[in-house]
Amino acid sequence: MKKHWHRRHIVEAIVKALMMLSFAIVAGSLGLILWTVISRGLPALTWSMLSQTPKGGFYLGKEGGILNAIIGSLYLAGGGTLIALIFSLPIALYLETYLGDSSWGHYVRLALDVLWGIPSIVYGAFGFIVMLALGLRASLLGGIITLALLELPIMTRAMDEVIRRMPVELEQAALALGSTRLEVAARVVTRQMLPGIVTAILLAFGRGIGDAAAVLFTAGFTDRIPTSLMQPAASLPLAVFFQLGMPYPEVQKRAYASALILTIIVLAISLGSRWIAGRLSKYVWK
Amino acid sequence: MDAHIQVRNLNAYYGSAQALKDINIQIPAKQITVIMGPSGCGKTTLLKTFNRFLELTDDTVITGEVLVDGQNIYEKDIDVTEVRKRVGLLAQRPFPLPMSIYENVAYGMHIHRTKNNRDEYRSAVRHYLEVAGLYEEVKTRLMSPATSLSIGQQQRLCLARGLAVEPEIILGDEPTSALDPISSQHIEGRLLDLKKQYTTVIVTHTLRQAKRLADYVIFMYLGEVVEAGPAKEVFNDPKQARTRAYLEGQF
Repeated sequence: MKKHWHRRHIVEAIVKALMMLSFAIVAGSLGLILWTVISRGLPALTWSMLSQTPKGGFYLGKEGGILNAIIGSLYLAGGGTLIALIFSLPIALYLETYLGDSSWGHYVRLALDVLWGIPSIVYGAFGFIVMLALGLRASLLGGIITLALLELPIMTRAMDEVIRRMPVELEQAALALGSTRLEVAARVVTRQMLPGIVTAILLAFGRGIGDAAAVLFTAGFTDRIPTSLMQPAASLPLAVFFQLGMPYPEVQKRAYASALILTIIVLAISLGSRWIAGRLSKYVWK
Repeated sequence: MDAHIQVRNLNAYYGSAQALKDINIQIPAKQITVIMGPSGCGKTTLLKTFNRFLELTDDTVITGEVLVDGQNIYEKDIDVTEVRKRVGLLAQRPFPLPMSIYENVAYGMHIHRTKNNRDEYRSAVRHYLEVAGLYEEVKTRLMSPATSLSIGQQQRLCLARGLAVEPEIILGDEPTSALDPISSQHIEGRLLDLKKQYTTVIVTHTLRQAKRLADYVIFMYLGEVVEAGPAKEVFNDPKQARTRAYLEGQF
């Protein structure tokens, strides 16, 4: 039974080598990105970097930190995610309960998928135009609304999939035991869907916090931490964008520190959502 | 006959298609009644009228009466959750709730508040798992996910879960059709053990299972009840030509 190198074996070896090469390229790029961010960001990451706002302006000031951008980003993404959640959960439930697989349901899902694919700079431009029409200036509120619009289709579609995967038999099993509709929803359906919904929320939050273009015109940038919704807010992606292009190493340091913090937040969210979903879905139908 | 369920002039429609045609039968108390017939004859539809499950399907219309303990369960001010508490259902495929084994059995007692404290819950969960013949296999892992059980164990868990609600009647919608032969035997054995305490109605399309289980038989064909009577009479001396044909394997 010695192995002879027939054509099919050679083809398999070539395809396998191609797959491994692709994997190596992608894994290598990811490694390089992480290495760049960590090697440049870590030395810059001092306590004063985390606890102070930039001193002397974010373009030129050579002292201070990125607290303005950290807090600003958390405000923006947190607010945007909250508003997106308030709207997307009812939309997802409506889609499933009333539209289902009807042609209207199909159109709504198509629209949401198109919205998901629209580049965030378009959301930023749209938000800017709306703000101009309303007489608003770049502000925390403007950024939150724009991020909510950006996150809404992501969250709605993710939740829609979760609800659609809910087995009908599960509801019937609970009804057969004499449950009321409310008990079915609160004790059974929620338990089945919670891991997916948590994942959808965190997915949207991760997308929102990392987006630069949506907040560029709408939230603006500032050295200060906003104390009201009408003040402009800084954000980590824009902190990288504005400060990396400056010729002063002290300013660039703030950009690298921002990039590292942003990476850590996004990483923590994706690991955290996996962990939470894993814990919650222990009992769930898969 | 001591009838536990009485069906009077029952008709059921899916949209414009008539699925049940003028059904008039009685289901004897504390015996196993088997509803048999070729597929599509309305067996499951009839079964689902007994716990008001048919109305969960869109566009169904039901006319006539189903009396449980002399009370028409289709009357206006009937509490449907109370009907389903009295009339338990063992479905075709087991579907444990997304909870632990313990919580699955305790669920019905929780929602109907039939137990007062933890110890009562604990001993009741154990009792019903024993009745369903599952306790020995799961006693060391009551807190494990119910979905981790094998499908045969899941069906016995569903039996325990249904019994924990303290029904008077158990409905079985081809309860062994998704199971392997050994698991099917388990379930059949449990149903035979339980028939002294519960009125049991089983839908099946296998004649051999019907003969193993039935005390009373209802034979349906094309939405009508062709023949109903004690198992011995129907199997040994069917009155109707269509019943005879079915028993001889002609459908």
